[in-house]
Amino acid sequence: MDSGDSKRLLELLTARRAELIAQWEQAVGASLHGRLSTVELGRELSELYDAVVDALATGGFAGRSSEYAVVRSLLVELSRNRARQGFTPTETAVSVFALKEVLESLLGGSVEDIHVYLQFSRLLDDLGLFTVEEYARTREEIISAQSQQLLELSTPVVKLWDGVVGVPLVGTLDSARTQVVMEKLLQALLDSNSAHAIIDITGVPAVDTQVAQHLLKTVVAARMMGAECVISGIRPQIAQTIVGLGIEFGDIPTKATLADALRHALVEIDKASATRAAGLL
Amino acid sequence: MRNYPADEASREEVAIQASGDVVKARQTVRLLAQQAGLSLVNQTKLVTAASELGRNTLIYGGGGTAQAAIVRDVARVGVWVRFADTGPGIPDTELALTDGWTSGSGMGLGLSGARRLVDEFELDSTPGVGTTVTVLKWAR
Amino acid sequence: MSDRVPVLKIGDILLVSIQIDLEDQMVLDLQDDLSQQIVATSARGVVIDISALEIVDSFVGRMLATTAAISRVLGAETVVVGMRPAVAMTLVELGLSLGGVRTALNLELGLGYLRRAQVSPPASP
Repeated sequence: MDSGDSKRLLELLTARRAELIAQWEQAVGASLHGRLSTVELGRELSELYDAVVDALATGGFAGRSSEYAVVRSLLVELSRNRARQGFTPTETAVSVFALKEVLESLLGGSVEDIHVYLQFSRLLDDLGLFTVEEYARTREEIISAQSQQLLELSTPVVKLWDGVVGVPLVGTLDSARTQVVMEKLLQALLDSNSAHAIIDITGVPAVDTQVAQHLLKTVVAARMMGAECVISGIRPQIAQTIVGLGIEFGDIPTKATLADALRHALVEIDKASATRAAGLL
Repeated sequence: MRNYPADEASREEVAIQASGDVVKARQTVRLLAQQAGLSLVNQTKLVTAASELGRNTLIYGGGGTAQAAIVRDVARVGVWVRFADTGPGIPDTELALTDGWTSGSGMGLGLSGARRLVDEFELDSTPGVGTTVTVLKWAR
Repeated sequence: MSDRVPVLKIGDILLVSIQIDLEDQMVLDLQDDLSQQIVATSARGVVIDISALEIVDSFVGRMLATTAAISRVLGAETVVVGMRPAVAMTLVELGLSLGGVRTALNLELGLGYLRRAQVSPPASP
């Protein structure tokens, strides 16, 4: 871009800095309905203003060029803060777009002025879009961190007896969740030296072939480590769907309640220790 | 598979000519998986897939190369691994990816099993020219 | 290829502890060594400790299954002990379930199982 184009704009932006920043701040502040302190907003916008002026002087109107690195990093900070504070994408982008309105009032009638204004406006559009992109990215990061936390929180593994651990499953069981459940259960078997596990599905709303497949995988993995699993908490409706869908649990013991499953596990432990006692004689 | 930008500094190449090279390829992939921050389970899955594919390259492809690198997408990091040989190739790649299919003495779980262990999988084979298998696993 | 996995004899039990990342040839050698040792020592049980193994692929998985089958033919029971959780999860995804292979969480439980199995007739796996 020819720097001659931006020269007049630069002069204007430099000469009327204080006035323009005040107007910009006002326009942005109005759209945010006072949810951000004026001091904070003022600091943010003047920093951004100066960075844009510097970038214009060296890099012209090419918003994605390296001269705009400082502007972009300020925008990244701005959109991240807005996303975390719960502002909408519009409220975030307005911080950039409002500068257009402010400049509009300064616009003279000459063809050159309009030309420069249009170029500057295009630059601001570009920076505005960049802000929205950054905003969306931050939101995505927040969402994925939260869903990860939710996964971890919703799968406690508890020790029920010496040598027996239990996992009460609550909610739907998809493949991401299965991996977390499996990992926690298998690690618990190892850490507590337990050869028996009970997976209680009372809190699982529905069992379809997919869910059954995930349960089976968990049981097979536990078996390969040397532990036996019992599935408990099969409600009557669930038993009906299981039979209706023709789901086979093979030789995996299933019990109606957690209490039945625990009794089953204890009987197995007893059998093992009985043969051990006989072996010692 | 999309072409994700790779960290050139992380790029590694291992020639697969003997069974010791498969071990070397496994170790290389594990190191990258650790650097990329894959969870232990995902590291294990990727390294196991690399082991299956490396063995295929050696036994059925008559040797070749393994390449690996850390790649990036918008908000995630992953490990990319490619095995290439100039062997006889696979006439029917569709069939080769079904469980139990084997041209050798294996259990027929190599290709289809490796595919289940990774997030992205691409098999490219031309009879008489060679076979290339590319896999990718993202850090969660 | 002179590297071999050592096979230790304790009473009538053979103990193999795999401590390093195995090349395919070493896996095959181990299978051979074990079947010969079972006959040579009239072992009644075999314990394979894989707690140090970071991965088990289909080749090693097949060796474990074959070894268990061979030892059964020779009158010895095989127990694979110490499989890591990540390894178990990977094997399931790979499509391998090691059916017919006895497993135990650790060496102690594996040895305990073999001791019991020798007194009472082994339960069919």
